[in-house]
Amino acid sequence: MNYIPHTELEKKQMLKTIGVESVDDLFKHIPAALRPKSFNIPEGKSEFEVMEHLKILSRKNATNLTDFVGGGFYDHYIPAAVDALAGRAEFYTAYTPYQPECSQGWLQAIYEYQTVICELTGLDVSNASLYDGGTALYEAAMMAVRLSGRKKIIVDSGVSLIYRTMLYAYTSNLSIEFVETPVAHGQACREDIYKHLDEKTAAVIVQNPNFFGAVDDFSDIAERVHKCGALAIASVYPVSLGMLKSPGEMGIDIATGEGQSLGIPLSFGGPYLGFIAVKKEHMRQLPGRIAGATADKDNKRGFVLTLQAREQHIRRERATSNICSNEALCALRALIYTCLLGKSGFYELARLNYQKAEFAKATLDKVTGVKVKRSAPTFNEFTVCLPKNADEVVCSLIDKGFACGFPLGRFYKGLDNYLLVAVTEKRTKEEIVQFANSLEAALCS
Amino acid sequence: MQLIFEKSRPGRKGFALPEIDVPIAPGLAEKYCRKQAAALPEVSELDVVRHFSNLSRLNFSVDTNFYPLGSCTMKYNPKFTEKACALEGFSDLHPLLPQLLGGGMLAQGSLEVLYNTERLLSEITGMYAFTTQPLAGAHGELTGVMLIAAYHKNNGERRKHIIIPDSSHGTNPASAAIAGYNVVVIPTDKDGFLDMNAYKKALNRETAAVMLTCPDTLGFFNPKIKEISDLAHEVGALMYYDGANLNAILGKCRPGDIGFDVIHLNLHKTFATPHGGGGPGAGPVGVCEKLADFLPISRVIRRSDGTFALDYHKHKSIGYIAPFYGNFGVILKAYAYILCLGRSGLIEASENAVLSANYCLSRLKDYYVPAYGKRCMHECVLSAASQLEQGVHALDISKYLIDKGFHPPTIYFPLIVKEAMMIEPTETESKETLDAFIECLIEAALLAKSNPEALHLAPLYMPVKRLDETKAAREPNLRWQ
Repeated sequence: MNYIPHTELEKKQMLKTIGVESVDDLFKHIPAALRPKSFNIPEGKSEFEVMEHLKILSRKNATNLTDFVGGGFYDHYIPAAVDALAGRAEFYTAYTPYQPECSQGWLQAIYEYQTVICELTGLDVSNASLYDGGTALYEAAMMAVRLSGRKKIIVDSGVSLIYRTMLYAYTSNLSIEFVETPVAHGQACREDIYKHLDEKTAAVIVQNPNFFGAVDDFSDIAERVHKCGALAIASVYPVSLGMLKSPGEMGIDIATGEGQSLGIPLSFGGPYLGFIAVKKEHMRQLPGRIAGATADKDNKRGFVLTLQAREQHIRRERATSNICSNEALCALRALIYTCLLGKSGFYELARLNYQKAEFAKATLDKVTGVKVKRSAPTFNEFTVCLPKNADEVVCSLIDKGFACGFPLGRFYKGLDNYLLVAVTEKRTKEEIVQFANSLEAALCS
Repeated sequence: MQLIFEKSRPGRKGFALPEIDVPIAPGLAEKYCRKQAAALPEVSELDVVRHFSNLSRLNFSVDTNFYPLGSCTMKYNPKFTEKACALEGFSDLHPLLPQLLGGGMLAQGSLEVLYNTERLLSEITGMYAFTTQPLAGAHGELTGVMLIAAYHKNNGERRKHIIIPDSSHGTNPASAAIAGYNVVVIPTDKDGFLDMNAYKKALNRETAAVMLTCPDTLGFFNPKIKEISDLAHEVGALMYYDGANLNAILGKCRPGDIGFDVIHLNLHKTFATPHGGGGPGAGPVGVCEKLADFLPISRVIRRSDGTFALDYHKHKSIGYIAPFYGNFGVILKAYAYILCLGRSGLIEASENAVLSANYCLSRLKDYYVPAYGKRCMHECVLSAASQLEQGVHALDISKYLIDKGFHPPTIYFPLIVKEAMMIEPTETESKETLDAFIECLIEAALLAKSNPEALHLAPLYMPVKRLDETKAAREPNLRWQ
């Protein structure tokens, strides 16, 4: 199947207009020596056949497990209206709104999305989105380097290992010094951060809740960082912001995060949504697209892409970033999701996650040999210590129908017995109790 | 249209959550809690549905309008790929599941999709290996430049600059610069090709790579491409292929055969995944054999028993450039598209894309000045330079097209063409659509002579007239308050 409408007659007419005999004539300036050495692709199939193949593949994935895995990516319920609206082809088959008059729908949606991100983070300015939480954190770090003119960055070990690894990969050819500070009693270690904080420091990066699930208030860190002329950057989990102190309230300069939890499917790692919001004074160093409100000739409100002098299509090698797109469709999903939940619903969602997780903590604590880490408060994810290797326990619970958490030994040496457990609003009391019972049984065997 | 925030009514709700079914535990200490709730709108589900349905109607899109945006390949996006992506077995799969049971046995279906896609893209482009991880075209460029740096570093070299033509996409120099390289820009010669003298002068043992698009952004296939590639290799530089224009040459020539060492593709262009209003895209990167060890981790491998696994043990790898395996949902759609078109379908796609672009060029060349006056590949660049004599800009013509229901071509790019209009019709648009668009552009050219004011006033029939972009930049209003 191809999707080409031209009939043989039409092709002939077009070739005649062009003034050539055949389609091959249009390619004859490609030298014979450069023609493909092979092009061994299977012949095409019908839509039905391809769908059958994909259905078979989809059944080879284990998506029927009861999910307690988080690690920064969460199994939240997605209201049907999100799919219905983001699935409108007038949204998904459009492109970047370069021509504002025929893209007002997209531009207004981006402006509304920016407003939601500012409200959630308590900061002044958001861009139109970035690829994911990890690249957003990298962009924030580079912003801090540009704004401060310094090249040392302190990263709390509570920041997701995935994101830290990405940061180091991106900056491997730049002379940026990273210092990692340990987690103390579950939270960011002030003492170590302040020990390294100096006049060479561009930024301190923290995460809330951190990778182990611990909640923190970084107000004190932000204050100290500012005294040093550096910037405070926090990576945050947006659903937690229904309840938790916002980055803005803590005095954070740049907040970033992964927006997947706002109505975007897990989809094996993407597409996701990177968000970034900053204090107003840092606006002109933001990377990526930004939508702004303005007026037309009749003084009617309208929206455009703005502050483009920062961007690669104008500044080329002097641009703030090389990003040329955003995750518009994912940003739209996040916007629709947050609008459906609304002011009180978003708080209720956060509360529901917190309460379910607290119940899971209490329930798992009763399992013989299991110890829930309680050194710091948590939101909807927490760490438990098992009496044996977490990898093995996880494997045995898969047979019982549970994806019971993330075994921390996969990322951290010496944490082989630790399991990171996430509990979203989708998990019922019954599922949590069954999980605890299955865990008890697995540990006894 | 009112903003969703302006439709908010205190106390109105749009969604019900399940009742709490667990005993209530004490809340968090006050110092961890926010004092001010996020001021999200308070609206009903119907409010939300109507708001976004009506917003969507304010956009031009491929499904509603001809969208010949040059360099963006706005071809038709088959509907069944959306359905495939929504299969629960794909959409609900947690990316950390391969970490739970040795070697990814819980994600065999998705790993197979990634593996097969990498193999298909390698064969289509003539590259040795692919990674699907980069999250967009520009992200692929950055990944590619990081691979180039890792390769030279491994050879004990720290090369300083990357050579880029002045006709390139802005992302090329931006990607090179943020990865730590200087950019050396090569001018375009009088025939519209890379200036070979300037190129030879710039090329030396400090050159890390040469970044090119082929066909280039003017829509031309450079017959000297092999010579350019050979010269680069002679000084130990690598050849980088910007795959934005691959839709012109499927089955006609392959970057790998020409000698390109690193290549990124834009799945949302050549492989028909939706552009989504600006993303998500996907920018897989392919490499020649000598660069394969540097590809980002994890790598998807096929074991001897036919199962698939993730390999993290690649000590030369540049590391993680994405949290997981790329924009899986986008990759899946491209995979479905390639299987559906198959060998002949892909070749026909390029043939018809080139046919349509040349048809547009032939019919328009008496009304607008073709850049460098040659036959084109999948897109053609015209200049409104002669219209400018009447005070009419490419921008005015674009706004006129909008009033007539056509999305304008890409304008003012490439930067080296005065009043540029870059038209990429793609293979999926019918002759009558092309004819109607051509007629409209001819009409605009005639109006430029007879009544330029009509073009200056356009658009008249859109939700807004021309917007004040200077005001937007000078008095930034970037959120509702």
